[in-house]
Amino acid sequence: MESQKKRQAAYMKKNLLDQGYLDEQFAHLEELQDDANPNFVEEVVKSFYTDSARFIRNIEVALENGPYDFTKLDNMMYQFKGSSSSIGARRVKRQCSMFQECCYAKNIEGCRNTFQGVKQEYATLKTKLETYFQVSPSLNNSNKHLYATTLFVCLNIFSKKLFQAKLL
Amino acid sequence: MNIGSGSLVTVPSSTGSWKSGDIVSDQFPVGLRVLVVDDDPTCLRILEKMLRNCHYEVTKCNRAEIALSFLRENKNGFDIVISDVHMPDMDGFKLLEHIGLEMDLPVIMMSADDSKDVVMKGVTHGAYDYLIKPVRIEALKNIWQHVVRKRKYEWKDNNFDQSGSVEEGDRQQKPSEDVDYSSSANEGNWKNSKKRKEEEEEVEDRDDTSNLKKPRVVWSVELHQQFVQAVHQLGIDKAVPKKILELMNVPGLTRENVASHLQKYRLYLRRLSGVSQHQNGLNNSFMGRPDTTFCTISSLNGLDLQALAAAGQIPAQNLATLQAAALGKSATKSAISMPLDQRNFFSFENSKLRFPEGQQQLNNSNKQIDLLHGIPTTMESKQLANLHHPSQSFMGMNMQVNSTSQHNNSVLMRLSQSQPRTQLLNGANNGSQVSRLPLSMQQSLSPVLTQSGIVDNARGSVYNPVSQASSMVDFSVNQSKELQSYNFSLGSNSSGLSSLTNRGMLQEEVNSDIKGSRGFPSNYDIFNELQPKSQNWGLQNDGSTFDTSLHPCMQGTQDVSSQLLLQQGISSTHNSGQNRNAPIEKPMYSNGDEIGHSNTMCGSQLNSGGGNMLAVKAERFPDADYQNTNIREQFGRDDLMSAFLRQQASVGPVETEFGFDGYTLDNLPV
Repeated sequence: MESQKKRQAAYMKKNLLDQGYLDEQFAHLEELQDDANPNFVEEVVKSFYTDSARFIRNIEVALENGPYDFTKLDNMMYQFKGSSSSIGARRVKRQCSMFQECCYAKNIEGCRNTFQGVKQEYATLKTKLETYFQVSPSLNNSNKHLYATTLFVCLNIFSKKLFQAKLL
Repeated sequence: MNIGSGSLVTVPSSTGSWKSGDIVSDQFPVGLRVLVVDDDPTCLRILEKMLRNCHYEVTKCNRAEIALSFLRENKNGFDIVISDVHMPDMDGFKLLEHIGLEMDLPVIMMSADDSKDVVMKGVTHGAYDYLIKPVRIEALKNIWQHVVRKRKYEWKDNNFDQSGSVEEGDRQQKPSEDVDYSSSANEGNWKNSKKRKEEEEEVEDRDDTSNLKKPRVVWSVELHQQFVQAVHQLGIDKAVPKKILELMNVPGLTRENVASHLQKYRLYLRRLSGVSQHQNGLNNSFMGRPDTTFCTISSLNGLDLQALAAAGQIPAQNLATLQAAALGKSATKSAISMPLDQRNFFSFENSKLRFPEGQQQLNNSNKQIDLLHGIPTTMESKQLANLHHPSQSFMGMNMQVNSTSQHNNSVLMRLSQSQPRTQLLNGANNGSQVSRLPLSMQQSLSPVLTQSGIVDNARGSVYNPVSQASSMVDFSVNQSKELQSYNFSLGSNSSGLSSLTNRGMLQEEVNSDIKGSRGFPSNYDIFNELQPKSQNWGLQNDGSTFDTSLHPCMQGTQDVSSQLLLQQGISSTHNSGQNRNAPIEKPMYSNGDEIGHSNTMCGSQLNSGGGNMLAVKAERFPDADYQNTNIREQFGRDDLMSAFLRQQASVGPVETEFGFDGYTLDNLPV
């Protein structure tokens, strides 16, 4: 069962990487995980989504009414992009770059469109990662299960042997 | 970290960082104390985890101010700082400066931005490394090398008096470069910055009186300003290092630092005050501040000019361009900026800091100018904005200037050595030979700049690119690209030039900085005041009048004089060489022809022509300079300045204000 979940998690991760939702930065983050911080990546992703929500809000507000300060929009997006790249959100990052190009071209409609793209990728990735984390943390947990199971089985065998010995 | 005995590091102590002379323990870099600054909490978290995985001691903070307070509270509590470039409360480069100044710790910059100019900016600001986000753990594993290197070099610098040996030692100390497989954008950058820093440190140590391994104090613009304020408060005669230190109230500054700085400052003042005392009153009234430095500077110029005049023809091409650039630099010149100039003048300890300082000066002086003259700073802001778009020709100019500056170095050395001021500079600045000398040259030779009358190509090239934006701004921007040291000198020269040149020049610069019509009302008023006073200067020629009269389309009083000078300079060399958009060009040339014959005679010739015209304006320019046949130099500078000014600011309103319309150059009696 655990191995099945493990396989599932690995499969999901591979998909996310292949489809470009995530890049190798995500893999590096997973490498940082250890026993002391078993859910490090999940925590980081959660905090990313919490903190970056304000960027999304601010940009949305800024895109509503003119006059449009493209420099400010660009700066806000730059920060958001940096944040996304730190967790390896590749598609989101790409949308951010497109948004920034529209800012540079002072194309407000383009900005709006690409921003919609950003929000979409942002939301899609969130869903996918949530699913992934449901599966993957069990990797760590499964180890514990394994330990417990093995221990239990050994104890059983041992006690059985003792019993047999006594009987004998 | 307690590595003194070479034993294993058990508990990282917070008392002090390990000494460079100590043996590095086997466990090093375990326990390296890192301070991470980044406004993005996600990034911060990831970095912290990575650094912990490298077995470093990590402190994180998301605001630069908090980071600085951490560093200040725990003087030796950290070994290295990693900081993001784009932060909301403070620019990462500014933080880098502060840390370099106050704590002298190695700082690594990080950013998602990997564009070359930003990375170069990191180099010029003295970052030890520049990492591109997202940062990999491999990049962080090696940051300890910067700490080791820095300590080793500092230790060496403190213990070796000869720069040669230290430099050699520096070069030998870079074996760990090969091991660097970090993901930083510029692997070679830290090498260069380190080398520069080492050179600077060497110089610093030479100036240092003690051999103690104490952190080097770099006298930044702000620090020097504080120092000057404290000195003024106490009174020059009563200023003792202890009291100055108390007044300044700068953490980490020792009495010895202040004492050595005071010594240099006193020498500088002595030299300045010796030149012209009568200009003091005029200067003060003009500037509205009891700025002794201002007049002293002009007096200094007088001395310099004489010295330079004696020196004969000086390859002033570089000087001219440098000065032109300096003059063209907008908004940084003002009487108020004099202290800044002073700072630049004799605190070149850290060339890499000059760049930001120069910019800061720009900002400071801009503000100051506004306060003083109530002049809007739109121009400055535009010019500052132009910083981001340096022109290629500008860079080319830098190259040109640098090559020629070296050529001039020999001449300059002669001159500079005669003056303690320059000596201080030379001593202080080893980092960039080229830049330093031109800088000192500028300062001492500013009036001499045009002496040779070789406005020429150098100037032409300077004008063209610089005209777009404030020249100094461009310089400083390009500085990051190349010829960093050169730019520094320019940046500081711009302030230094203004300070060094005659008062008149200074005024001109101030005016020009104000850019045209903005500074007009105040400038003109000042000129009116000055007019009667200028006569007291004992001008041999009515050079001042000449100056003003020749510039019908004066953008500012400054422009007039500068234009006049420009004309002279240009005409003396080649008239058509320059791209002058100003309408005055032609007439200037024609007038310049007369002047061109002999720069020394300029004043007299000019007087005849311009005497009638802007009598009021004429006063502007320090006739004192002319007396000493400094006119040539001034002209050179003014020419450049005026060229810049004209190109940068629209002249229109100015002309009519003074009724110059009727005084086009064509109309000037030749």
